[in-house]
Amino acid sequence: MSYLVDEKGYYGAFGGAYIPEMLYPNVEELRQNYLSIMESEEFQEEFRQLLRDYVGRPTPLFEAQRLSEKYGARIFLKREDLCHTGAHKVNNTVGQILMAQRLGKKKIIAETGAGQHGVATATVCALMGMECIVYMGEIDMERQRPNVERMKILGAQVVPATSGSKTLKDATNEAMRHWINNPSDTHYIIGSVVGPHPYPDMVARFQAVISEEIRWQLEKQTGSQAPDYVVACVGGGSNAAGAYYHYLEDPEVKLIAVEAGGLGVDSGKSAATTRLGRSGVLHGSKTLLMQTEDGQVTEPYSISAGLDYPGIGPMHAHLFTSGRGEFLDVTDEDAMKAGIELSRLEGIIPAIESAHAFAVLDRLSLERDDVVVINLSGRGDKDLETYIKWGKY
Amino acid sequence: METQELDKNRINRLFREKGNDLLSVYYTAGFPGPEDTMEIARLLEEAGADIIEIGMPFSDPVADGPTIQASNNQALKNGMSIARLLSGLRNMREQISLPVILMGYINPVLQYGVEKFCSECEQAGVDGLILPDLPMAEYLQEYKQIFDNHGLKNVFLITPQTSEERIRQIDDNTDGFIYMVSSAATTGAKKGFSDEQLEYFERIRSMQLQNPLLIGFGISDHSTYSKANEYARGAIIGSAFIRLLSETEDKERDIKKFIKEIKGRS
Ligand SMILES: Cc1ncc(COP(=O)(O)O)c(C=O)c1O
Repeated sequence: MSYLVDEKGYYGAFGGAYIPEMLYPNVEELRQNYLSIMESEEFQEEFRQLLRDYVGRPTPLFEAQRLSEKYGARIFLKREDLCHTGAHKVNNTVGQILMAQRLGKKKIIAETGAGQHGVATATVCALMGMECIVYMGEIDMERQRPNVERMKILGAQVVPATSGSKTLKDATNEAMRHWINNPSDTHYIIGSVVGPHPYPDMVARFQAVISEEIRWQLEKQTGSQAPDYVVACVGGGSNAAGAYYHYLEDPEVKLIAVEAGGLGVDSGKSAATTRLGRSGVLHGSKTLLMQTEDGQVTEPYSISAGLDYPGIGPMHAHLFTSGRGEFLDVTDEDAMKAGIELSRLEGIIPAIESAHAFAVLDRLSLERDDVVVINLSGRGDKDLETYIKWGKY
Repeated sequence: METQELDKNRINRLFREKGNDLLSVYYTAGFPGPEDTMEIARLLEEAGADIIEIGMPFSDPVADGPTIQASNNQALKNGMSIARLLSGLRNMREQISLPVILMGYINPVLQYGVEKFCSECEQAGVDGLILPDLPMAEYLQEYKQIFDNHGLKNVFLITPQTSEERIRQIDDNTDGFIYMVSSAATTGAKKGFSDEQLEYFERIRSMQLQNPLLIGFGISDHSTYSKANEYARGAIIGSAFIRLLSETEDKERDIKKFIKEIKGRS
């Protein structure tokens, strides 16, 4: 079985491009060109150079001794938190801005939840001198205020999304509406492995640099390119897609995906899509989706803005239904505790999104010589206020 | 024989029998009140509309502007759903004879079950469907047969950015009408058409498509309606009508007046 996209844009039963005709020309233009652009030597050279000199790649693979000791395994942290702008999101925005330039686009729009993707987009727009508009849910603007200010400092316009739950889903709706209204000179930089084909595949390829590096870094440190586990949090699923990418076809490597349980899966306040969702269509792809019996998308909830989304990328829906990936969920409370624990044990304050991934360590029935790679997708600077409010440290 | 076949569908009959200046009116099911849907349809028929488009509300209507978004939200709050809509339309054909089209996003239809949905549409006397986020390739592969079996016309959208090749492909794969979106935009009433839009209308008209064209998005008054009718068989009005529905205190009087003003009959 393949876990990558097929020529029709599907991952098993999931994916496709369910978009209104108004978006078709743009998405089709991208579909026809993205592979040849990405694979061209000229593109790769510029992409790699920016990842190295601007983003600061390769990011370290750090063996976390005290965490390893506590959980009884060899635990390695892939330090995406050390990327410029503080999260893995920038790998994708660097790729997509180069793509936008080659498609002749002049303006950039994006949606953002935690604000990390918004900041990463505003950053590359500043770098390339392109106009940037970021849609962000009103609630997220409050809980991720520092990122709102960062975007503004970088010269981006931040537009509040005031419909629905006023979070990531609604910001995505607004970004799509903007694109419908401005089809010719604008590129939409989607921030995760969601959206109509080819977005999930394109974003996964840009993020694949994460597992590409893990392979050689792990070999240097352990003698083997393949760990026993790769663990990542899943909002839309881009950091997970990047961390899994080069291990998808290697069944020995267990892929652990961690969703936001919110106040608990049965509490009505959760974003654990694989537990609560079923197949449906949102934002251009068929995927697992939290929805009512009538097919209305339900409002998700998570303490972390970046995981507060009612769907997951189609690639992950396929990993889940095929059994290739194991999906776990973690409550707000457990994620916060895991974040504090990582801070105390390793001196690293993680983004609350990333903290979710750490909270499953005690559920993996690990053996001493198991090698676990956790994708530390971002740093916690943006979340200080949430940590402070939570207060239990 | 073939003519008879075609004419079984009210959409085909309308375009065969009536001339130009057709007016199709969109409104959202369950808006403004949960039980208003059939009454509005009746009033539209009485007032002289030619096609009725009933929107099936969705939580995330990405192709719609603020007015229709708000009506979707209100309708959902009022408890509208596909099940409720279809059961409300069950005796529709005892009350109205105009062609009726249901318009909505694909997800609620998928969850209801495509076969069940289409079969109940047929029973109610629905003539066509507009599902903007159902891609053509998917439609042809998985849905067309079901739609055809139940006598439902699938209406495709075209926009100023749609390539000639794709327009031809759309024209070859439908036999109801083509919904010509007047500009690169989400739904919403605007004032007047630009020269660029008129050039686009002219470009499409000169393609001499087999299917009749209706122009929609941004039609708000008599002047945009009649301008659209210089290039197409008719026009579709949505947001402006939704606005009327949210303001009116006397539906019967105001819907009559609205249609009369749009059509410019005195
Ligand atoms: C640090 C961090 N990790 C994870 C995510 C979740 O996104 P994804 O699942 O696409 O990696 C976000 C999103 O904002 C984030 O900021």
